[in-house]
Amino acid sequence: MSALLHEFRATYAFMERNANLVKRYWTWELVWMTYSIANSLSVSYIGLGMERLGGGQNVDGRYLVLYLVIGTLIWRYLSMIFYWITEVISIERWEGTIEYTLMAPIRRLTHMAGQTFFAVVYSLLFTGVILMVTVALFDIDLSQANLFGGTAMLISGSLSFIGLGVMGSILPLLFPERGAQMTHVIIALLLLVSGVYYPIDVLPPILQKLAVFSPATYVLDGTRGALLQGLPTRELWQYAWPTLIMGIIAIPVGLWIFGQAERYAKRTGKLHRNG
Amino acid sequence: MSDAIIVHEVYKKFGKSKKWLDRVALFRRKKVNGKEEPAMSNGRLNGDHKPIVVAVDHVSFAVERGEIFGVLGPNGSGKSTLIRLIATLLLPDQGTIQVFGYDVVRQPREVQRLINRVSVEASFFKKLSPMENLIYGARLYGMAGADIRRRVVEILTRLGLEKHSIYKPMEEMSRGMQQKVAIARALLSQPKILLLDEPTTGLDPRSKREVQAVIRELNQDYGTTILLTTHDMLEADTLCERVAIIDGGKIVALDTPHSLKGSIPRNGHEPTLEDVFLELTGKQLVKEAED
Repeated sequence: MSALLHEFRATYAFMERNANLVKRYWTWELVWMTYSIANSLSVSYIGLGMERLGGGQNVDGRYLVLYLVIGTLIWRYLSMIFYWITEVISIERWEGTIEYTLMAPIRRLTHMAGQTFFAVVYSLLFTGVILMVTVALFDIDLSQANLFGGTAMLISGSLSFIGLGVMGSILPLLFPERGAQMTHVIIALLLLVSGVYYPIDVLPPILQKLAVFSPATYVLDGTRGALLQGLPTRELWQYAWPTLIMGIIAIPVGLWIFGQAERYAKRTGKLHRNG
Repeated sequence: MSDAIIVHEVYKKFGKSKKWLDRVALFRRKKVNGKEEPAMSNGRLNGDHKPIVVAVDHVSFAVERGEIFGVLGPNGSGKSTLIRLIATLLLPDQGTIQVFGYDVVRQPREVQRLINRVSVEASFFKKLSPMENLIYGARLYGMAGADIRRRVVEILTRLGLEKHSIYKPMEEMSRGMQQKVAIARALLSQPKILLLDEPTTGLDPRSKREVQAVIRELNQDYGTTILLTTHDMLEADTLCERVAIIDGGKIVALDTPHSLKGSIPRNGHEPTLEDVFLELTGKQLVKEAED
């Protein structure tokens, strides 16, 4: 029981530390929020722009806006979870505290759980603010949308991105100088093949085949189905199960890979080097 | 008296040997000034290969329970590597290390519960306050919030920090104050063994004396076993019951400061530990930055 309590306290330690960091770096958070809102709005306005450029014929601007809004919001949420988790190492390398955290008597699962809980809560709140601004600027009609189903899809997609984040977090561990930047490659490839801003059938066949392996593909299809077409929740299962399975596999595999990488870093002395 | 730490034949090197390259003719030999040179000589790879550095070379010693044990050596002698090996932050290539009977490789979590470390760099989240940093550190060791806050104030004021600076960002504090917070972080978890890796390097004389007083108090009042690395001869002489002198990854002498000083000839004055070091290694101790 006391061992379990110890692990709970350690999990909370990471959540509380990250919350304190967000509080202390509030100006940066403000800048990041402004950037994210501007970015999401810019992409969403493409929908209205397409309507104008197409002369209003065969282009449903409102539908396009909602299509792009869903894409940007889901992508912001999932990529934010990914980045918070991959920063589990890079943030500590930057501050120089990595050795103190890794010599603490806690399980790596506890370490990752703390970072993950915070990542999910932070990403939900951050995306929520962007959503509110977007709804205020666009005349979005969600009367036919299945909001519960959309949220369920989003949460089911979180699992697989948590697993990918844990896998991605080994890069800053193994490559102190450039590891953090390498994580951008993973997110860029997922962005390309997942159909964030376009249906995946516009992609060449080879990329369409890769899209099958991206959990974001299913999350986007499912959420769009729920919000644009109002699909009932039970029909969303076809999109939910692949991403759930990916998550169930990716999280333990990610933790195992992280354990191997940590051992390698301890063998080669890579923990000490500050990138 | 039983042993707190047993280090047995520990060997640690850094850099890749790349022996597999030797099998490929292209990499086997390179020409230097028209002569063929082997890919490897004197334990170091030639050409563009990363050099192999033997940081700890078959080191053995034991630290008794409740002892202050010093490891003296110049920059790059392997002191910090030794501390990291005991702290489970590095894995030895050969040999074993036991902390109160627990093996650092096979039972790292048991070892981690018993130890804490203060290094030469006081590493913290610089935007966070000492209170926020110490709460984070203490929670990792299973302590509860209310208890931590009380103890943080207690320890930091004991170490001479003013109450208002406990809530200010670490980046606004002097190096000496940061180092005191680093010591407080280690004390919070009430370790059985404290690994101090040059804790007073870079501190002003007053801060240095305050830190040394805390080390002595911890050892005398709480029986904490202390492994202290330093290149401050006087610090080792006054604090440590026994001292190991390490050079090039090897222990060249291990005894009480008194016996070590008695082991070398008097040249018209009472020998110091620095004289002992010079006599044994022929090298000057560097008092600047750490390896």
